[in-house]
Amino acid sequence: MYGIRRACIHLGKQIMTITLFIPCFVDLMYPEVGISIVRIFEKLGHQVVVPPAPACCGQPAFNSGYWDEARSTAVKVLEQLQFAETVVVPSGSCGAMLKVFYRELFAGTPHAGTAQKLAAKTHEFSSFLVNQLGVTDLGANFPHKVTFHDGCHGLRELNNKLPPRQLLAKVRGLELVEMSPPETCCGFGGTFSAKFPAIATAMGEGKCASILDTQADYVVSCDSSCLMQIQGLASRRQMPVKTIHLAQVLAAS
Amino acid sequence: MTAPAAQFKADAGRLSADLRQRGIIQTAMGKYEVVRDQRKAGFQDWQGARELAARTKFQAVNHLGQYLEDLASKLEARGTKVHWAGTGAQAREIILAILREKQARVVVKSKSMTSEEIHLNGALEGAGYEVVESDLGEFIMQLRGEPPYHLVFPSMHLTRGEIRDLFAEKLHDAPSDNPEDLTMVARRVLRQKYLQADIGITGANFAIAETGMISITENEGNARLTAALPKTMITLVGIEKILPRLADLGLFLPMLAVMGAGQLLTGYNTLYGGPRQPGEPDGPEEFHVVFLDNQRTALLADAEQRDALGCIRCGACLNVCPIFPNVGGHTYGTTYGGPIGSVITPHLRGLAEWKHLSDASSLCGACSETCPVKIELHHHLLQNRRNGAQAKPSWFQKTAFKIFAAVANNARWWSLVTKLARVGQVFQKPVKGTALDPASVWTKTRDLPPVAKESFREWWKGRK
Repeated sequence: MYGIRRACIHLGKQIMTITLFIPCFVDLMYPEVGISIVRIFEKLGHQVVVPPAPACCGQPAFNSGYWDEARSTAVKVLEQLQFAETVVVPSGSCGAMLKVFYRELFAGTPHAGTAQKLAAKTHEFSSFLVNQLGVTDLGANFPHKVTFHDGCHGLRELNNKLPPRQLLAKVRGLELVEMSPPETCCGFGGTFSAKFPAIATAMGEGKCASILDTQADYVVSCDSSCLMQIQGLASRRQMPVKTIHLAQVLAAS
Repeated sequence: MTAPAAQFKADAGRLSADLRQRGIIQTAMGKYEVVRDQRKAGFQDWQGARELAARTKFQAVNHLGQYLEDLASKLEARGTKVHWAGTGAQAREIILAILREKQARVVVKSKSMTSEEIHLNGALEGAGYEVVESDLGEFIMQLRGEPPYHLVFPSMHLTRGEIRDLFAEKLHDAPSDNPEDLTMVARRVLRQKYLQADIGITGANFAIAETGMISITENEGNARLTAALPKTMITLVGIEKILPRLADLGLFLPMLAVMGAGQLLTGYNTLYGGPRQPGEPDGPEEFHVVFLDNQRTALLADAEQRDALGCIRCGACLNVCPIFPNVGGHTYGTTYGGPIGSVITPHLRGLAEWKHLSDASSLCGACSETCPVKIELHHHLLQNRRNGAQAKPSWFQKTAFKIFAAVANNARWWSLVTKLARVGQVFQKPVKGTALDPASVWTKTRDLPPVAKESFREWWKGRK
């Protein structure tokens, strides 16, 4: 199978086998993000595969300092993805883990080379569409005023400021209003939000205030984890903030 | 939990709910960002400037021994007395010995975070000397009996009304809350002290190896008076303040001014090369330079984090940090606050006691992005976390991550956990947000989304 597909690519048919790495919380709590992405890639004519496990990239353990435990998940990720043609992650944060932090995690280990190769072929969803597939217009229709929240890892580790905006610009009926200040952290930060809930909540309050100032109907992001923090706080305080992942906007018709 | 960690958590919890305090800091920082960006635009190639600054500082740090020798011999050649202090205690003793020898009574100081680091004021006052801070912000904080709130803006958290009340109480002179009036009050007090002082103590922003000079940057002219009026000048310098060449100041002075305070250049930039030379009309009769290690060489030995010694103490990382405005400057409990403080304090004062500061970050990376000398601050926070977990692992966390890894690595177990999570959240509902809720750290202030009726993997399996 693999050989045939490769041959097709060489013959000029741009069919790709895209391996989707679905993060744990997207799997459990935001399945519609993954489903939207499958639909988008299939509509573009590509084939999608999803490895059955592992369900996590190991970032919680890595960020907490438990690198041995992080490696026991990350090694499994390397094994599962090493033969993939290309890997797409619907999260800037987990994407940065695979693309940037695995190299630190595996530096000086026998897996360093594999991690390097995985980093090269792994892409965050929006940057994959724009920079790898060269697609910005997916024919989506989302007649709402939205604002965009940059997840910090996508923004600063992956330098991913433009692709989501290029994609949103082509959505019918959509009006993008930027926040002020535009690039402030929402306060999620993985285990940080559980270890220092008071600080994380205060940061979330600042973020929600910026969102409300835009008077947008929705806040869009490439990171469901940030949206979980923003929505969690907004719902509790009964603020009129609605969150949605970029993939769902792009799949809307 | 160590005492500093408990203190941090308690103070952070209290202050992050203090909307007034948050408002003051956010307003101040908002203005800073606007002027900083205007000044940054004055650089032809800001990223190129950062690259050059990082390389220059890294070169200085990598050849620290040689540069320090050059600097010391050049200073000595013009009659400066050079002292070497391995620890804060040694530095305090060296300075006290000079004060005793000079039979000093009054010491006037200009702003120096390094002197804060070694708790110099307390030591001098304890030995019976009168110590006066001459930087306006530091003067205010000294009247309050508190350490500086911020590396560059020591009293930024105070309103002018609070400063008027402070002056009224301590100086019995506070005509209004007009900043100019208040500055004039401080000026009247300080002018007397400059004239009375036997000793002037300063810090240093840069130390130039090539020419043997100390570079001091300030906005009020107080450091010049501190250096010029008393007969003896003492400068306390962290050994990492080295710059190889005089020409490097052409980059570093504007960079420090832009990132520190959003200025094109700081008001006064002065180079001190020694005591008064024969034929010169003014300047101190004696000039002492005290070089301080205080664990900087321990950081130098850490190949991963050595670049943190390149820090020019501009405070830019603190200014962009989303944690800082929510917890305030005193909550850190350290001399150096914000991201750079969280990175270096474990090296300077012990990992076990200060690693919690590295945990208290969302790792957003705004600090590394802004740092003019390109210190990988948030990556160093991760390394501190790793070093802390290796030195003293929490068995609860270690076990939890082990179990999580085993579950996440196995498709069948993951599927089972998905089903269990759905059942679990039914029981969680009635206790949501209370102490009985296992997810209370989250649910106390935020809602948690439900586990989907059909997870992505379940959907994917059903589809095939």
